[in-house]
Amino acid sequence: MSVATDILQPSVKTANETVKMSGRNVSVHYGEKQALFDVDLDIVANQVISLIGPSGCGKSTFLRCLNRMNDTIDICKVSGEINLEGQDIYDKAIDVVELRARVGMVFQKPNPFPKSIYENVAYGPRIHGMTRTKDELDEIVTSSLRRAGLWEEVKDRLDQPGTGLSGGQQQRLCIARAIATKPEVLLMDEPCSALDPIATAIIEELIDELRENFTIVIVTHSMQQAARVSQKTAFFHLGKLIEEGPTEQIFTNPHHKKTQDYITGRIG
Amino acid sequence: MQIWLTLLVVIAASGGLFYTGRSRALAITNGDATTLHSKPAFHGGMLLICGILPAAFVFLVWTFVSRYFADASVASLLGEEFKALTELEQGAFLRSAFGFSQSQNIGDVTAVELTAIEGYRNFYNFSNLVVQLIMAGLVIGGGYLAWRQIRVDLRARQFVEGAVSAALIAASGVAILTTLGIVLSLIFESINFFQKVPFFDFLFGTHWSPQSAFEGVGSEATDRNSEVFGAIPIFAGTLLITTIAILVAAPIGLMSAIYLSDYATPRVRAAAKPILEVLAGIPTVVYGFFAALTVAPFLRNSGEAVGLSVSSESALAAGLVMGIMIIPFVSSLSDDVINSVPQSLRDGSAGLGATKSETIRRVILPAALPGIVSALMLAISRAIGETMIVVMAAGLSANLTANPLEAVTTVTVQIVTLLVGDQEFDSAKTLAAFALGLVLFCVTLMLNVVALRVIQKYREQYD
Ligand SMILES: Nc1ncnc2c1ncn2[C@@H]1O[C@H](COP(=O)(O)OP(=O)(O)OP(=O)(O)O)[C@@H](O)[C@H]1O
Ligand SMILES: [Mg+2]
Repeated sequence: MSVATDILQPSVKTANETVKMSGRNVSVHYGEKQALFDVDLDIVANQVISLIGPSGCGKSTFLRCLNRMNDTIDICKVSGEINLEGQDIYDKAIDVVELRARVGMVFQKPNPFPKSIYENVAYGPRIHGMTRTKDELDEIVTSSLRRAGLWEEVKDRLDQPGTGLSGGQQQRLCIARAIATKPEVLLMDEPCSALDPIATAIIEELIDELRENFTIVIVTHSMQQAARVSQKTAFFHLGKLIEEGPTEQIFTNPHHKKTQDYITGRIG
Repeated sequence: MQIWLTLLVVIAASGGLFYTGRSRALAITNGDATTLHSKPAFHGGMLLICGILPAAFVFLVWTFVSRYFADASVASLLGEEFKALTELEQGAFLRSAFGFSQSQNIGDVTAVELTAIEGYRNFYNFSNLVVQLIMAGLVIGGGYLAWRQIRVDLRARQFVEGAVSAALIAASGVAILTTLGIVLSLIFESINFFQKVPFFDFLFGTHWSPQSAFEGVGSEATDRNSEVFGAIPIFAGTLLITTIAILVAAPIGLMSAIYLSDYATPRVRAAAKPILEVLAGIPTVVYGFFAALTVAPFLRNSGEAVGLSVSSESALAAGLVMGIMIIPFVSSLSDDVINSVPQSLRDGSAGLGATKSETIRRVILPAALPGIVSALMLAISRAIGETMIVVMAAGLSANLTANPLEAVTTVTVQIVTLLVGDQEFDSAKTLAAFALGLVLFCVTLMLNVVALRVIQKYREQYD
């Protein structure tokens, strides 16, 4: 407990918060099995929100609802309402492709394309026509790799396949790939699960820096990480959102017994 | 009767050996099989191998050499009358006598023949008995030697596994040796052919009419044959028809594969895929008359309507139908490889805001490329080897033309026509078939090598 509170960031003023995304009554079924129960959650613009909770509690499922990645799973049915800047993203009129360009995602398992490192990062900017010249593209690729803390390791072998990197390097490559498209909201599913402390620190720094322009939702199993990087924290348990609020309050003064038990390591 | 009896004996012997070995292994442990280094079944297997293998070997060797001994023993029985014959006649005489000795009623034969027939019968009656006794001895002896070996720490598993891997090596050896044998026979017969017809005249000659080949020896025959065995027209015909077929099959097959794997609902896919595969099950001769009776007249009529002269047998008709025939090879295999590209790559691409078609073009197809290339290669070799459709729809006339509206012929069709009918085996016409076969083989081999190189170069690892 005390470890976590020592490194808390100063809490953000609640007055000028604008809601970027919001979920109302979000329930998800995988076939017969219900994985999420009536989740209500606001995601505030230019903040980092951590989703925490024991394995299998539905964190990834909720994250995938936010950019409709669940559409690709046949048996998955989402109900309720999710808004992006006031617009229902499950509305018929919404273009899923455009939505995903605005709400980018870093997956739990690194999934680099079987292309060169350069092409992996350049993929998004290319398909969205974000650059006119090769130099601009080079610039995006370089800066994305730098910000993801991978540049020094790969600068000499940008033309080699991204799949040849180590697990942790692949994870950072996927982060670089996601930030290269400059999404408004970035969903990160355990982005540091395979990283050493130094690389983790770099990614956390990146997240903090991205907060200026983007909104970030991060799933993490590390309480310390949640405390370090996020302004808001939401605790899930068995498919239900138990408690959410400013990170400081969740870690120092949780209202629910379950939250307390989880962050002190009694359940999970 | 005989064969069933033999089979029964072999099975009984194997079962007996296996059972003996296993129970012996169990017996020496006083019922606690866990103290054995190898499980009891391996001891049984070892006994089986040691008993059967030497006997089987003797049997095989005897099958190959017995005839030689039989001939020698029979020949020594026969008198002057036989020795007066030439060597060829002696061989023929012995062959017919051997044939008679195998059948029940002999009919009218001369005294000498009767002696020979009796000789064969006696020889085989006696020698078979001896060989059977030897084999029985080997089974028992081998089994006994192995049986004596059985101890708690006997490494029977290693022995059996060694024998199994030897059997596997032997099996792949058979495949390799057969291929080698076929290639060698192709090469040697082709060399014979190239003695009659110069190599370059064959490979680069532009006139193909083997009907007018000149049988005989001497420079006159060579001159004549070097003019009529120019294979360029039929290579060109093959190339033309195959190209048309691939131009039809590659886009249609690939696009239907993409549809099936990424756009179709599971229900459509479950229904459509088997239907596409039925195309592959239609006998080629059915495709052939479809091409000859439906497609070719249709092409000619529509050609006439726009003022083109289309011959009633055309490369286009054959190529189109052949293309349809090989669609399932392309689509079914490509569908499988496209499907095996992991979902996480599709998700990754979609998560960056790529559309479905962008994902397919930029991620899925490059990842699936090696598999798609090999599907195409398979389809091409199918097309090159296809004969029936061409015979029926493209004709037999070896025209040198690049015009798909004319009749052409292909290598495989010519091989067939060269070999049908009564032919001397060493005539130039027959040997030409071998030379064509060799060229076909080299071309397919080259295609495969190129495909392998492409696959290696562009292989993109994913997992
Ligand atoms: N594709 C799927 N098909 C069926 N059930 C699924 C699928 N994905 C997730 N589930 C189920 O939904 C529930 C929530 O899964 P989810 O992946 O959201 O958990 P999580 O909180 O991300 O866990 P972890 O921390 O281990 O990643 C689990 O019980 C899981 O079995
Ligand atoms: Mg998860």
